Amino acid sequence: MSGLVYYSSGSGNTARFMAQLGLPAQRIPIRMDDPVPMPDRPYVLICPTYADGEGRGAVAKPVIRFLNDPARRALIRGVIASGNRNFGATYACAGEVIASKCNVPVLYRFELAGTETDLARIRAGLEKFWGALCLTP
Amino acid sequence: MKDTVLRTPLKAINWSRLQDDKDLEVWNRLTVNFWLPEKVPLSNDVPSWATLRPEERELTIRVFTGLTLLDTVQNTIGAPAMMPDAQTPHEEAVLSNISFMEAVHARSYSSIFSTLCLTKEVDEAFRWSEENPHLQAKARLILEEYKAGSDPLKRKIASVFLESFLFYSGFYLPMYWSSRAKLTNTADLIRLIIRDEAVHGYYIGYKYQRALEKLPEARQQELKDFAFALMFDLYEIEQKYTAELYDGIGLTEDVKAFLHYNANKALQNLGYEALFPPQACEVNPAILAALSPDSENHDFFSGSGSSYVIGKAVATEDEDWDF
Repeated sequence: MSGLVYYSSGSGNTARFMAQLGLPAQRIPIRMDDPVPMPDRPYVLICPTYADGEGRGAVAKPVIRFLNDPARRALIRGVIASGNRNFGATYACAGEVIASKCNVPVLYRFELAGTETDLARIRAGLEKFWGALCLTP
Repeated sequence: MKDTVLRTPLKAINWSRLQDDKDLEVWNRLTVNFWLPEKVPLSNDVPSWATLRPEERELTIRVFTGLTLLDTVQNTIGAPAMMPDAQTPHEEAVLSNISFMEAVHARSYSSIFSTLCLTKEVDEAFRWSEENPHLQAKARLILEEYKAGSDPLKRKIASVFLESFLFYSGFYLPMYWSSRAKLTNTADLIRLIIRDEAVHGYYIGYKYQRALEKLPEARQQELKDFAFALMFDLYEIEQKYTAELYDGIGLTEDVKAFLHYNANKALQNLGYEALFPPQACEVNPAILAALSPDSENHDFFSGSGSSYVIGKAVATEDEDWDF
């Protein structure tokens, strides 16, 4: 099992999702002057989407700052993105932006604070994913 | 000597001094997303409109007058009623944007009508909207909370339910037509409305949560009980409204799943847990695909799509990314 890192803004959807998920995780702070976590092992990033109608601004600034550090970026293995289908084509597009920047897969997408179904799929999916990664040298 | 009387100074809004960063974030999102119905080539739907059966056309016009009524309420009463409750001057400015966009939405339905429909059909549907007991009842239930002197937080609850729940019995239909390749330009316009309403529900729900966290636990519980009770009352009406509209084309159960799904999302905007269980929220995949077209599923866990797809290029703020 490896790590989880997440970001949640003031609306708290992702934070509530993480509380439900109940797995150990490090939170990227909202305030730019708060200390940024330094993962010491591979991790999956869970990140909400803030895109405008054209998909701009999808990834929150604190997440960009977190990923701008090569040491942190080196350990990312996948991204789980949240969003709202009501945003149409840009639904959860922060996942695609991060995936293409960091060359990792989008593992899953969910809406707002997620549902029971999302939680079950992510728990099972993460277990399998970390298992598979351990077998890969 | 009137000029010397001490008064509280009138304050000009200063966007360089924010008390809540979310105000600017949402202001930027809303203003960048600004649109007008003229942007959508609705007249391309004229041939498609002609393929609908008369009862399908009547249903569509009625659904749109129902949506127009809710937009009108939010434009002229809902958003303005929340302005005196604003905690920051920037929140008031955002609410003025929300109010105006609701007017744009209400105006858009008339653009659809004038492009596709006969005046007589439209007049009949507006009369229907004034006489339909369920539509009137849901609007009145919301207006009850918008009244002067009512609890500011209950007003926000009602407003989030209007933005994030009550519209969806109506939004279902253009998504359904679009999934069958009908009225696709109209669906494009409705998607712009849906996108705006999502930001509105998110923002008002966010402000609700900020105010709620400052209250004692007993009061928090009282408001939560109120929210769930109001949701139950609105859902009762929505069920009847939905059945009356959609029984004729056999879609009532499909619409209800969509209602449950959106009721849960409305509660999440307020920071609450879901009310309806997952099996009641299994929305027709064609409707979900119509909501977010071109956003095909790349989920690795779900096993759909090709297995290790790396996202395609998306417009992003490259200057912010050093690597």
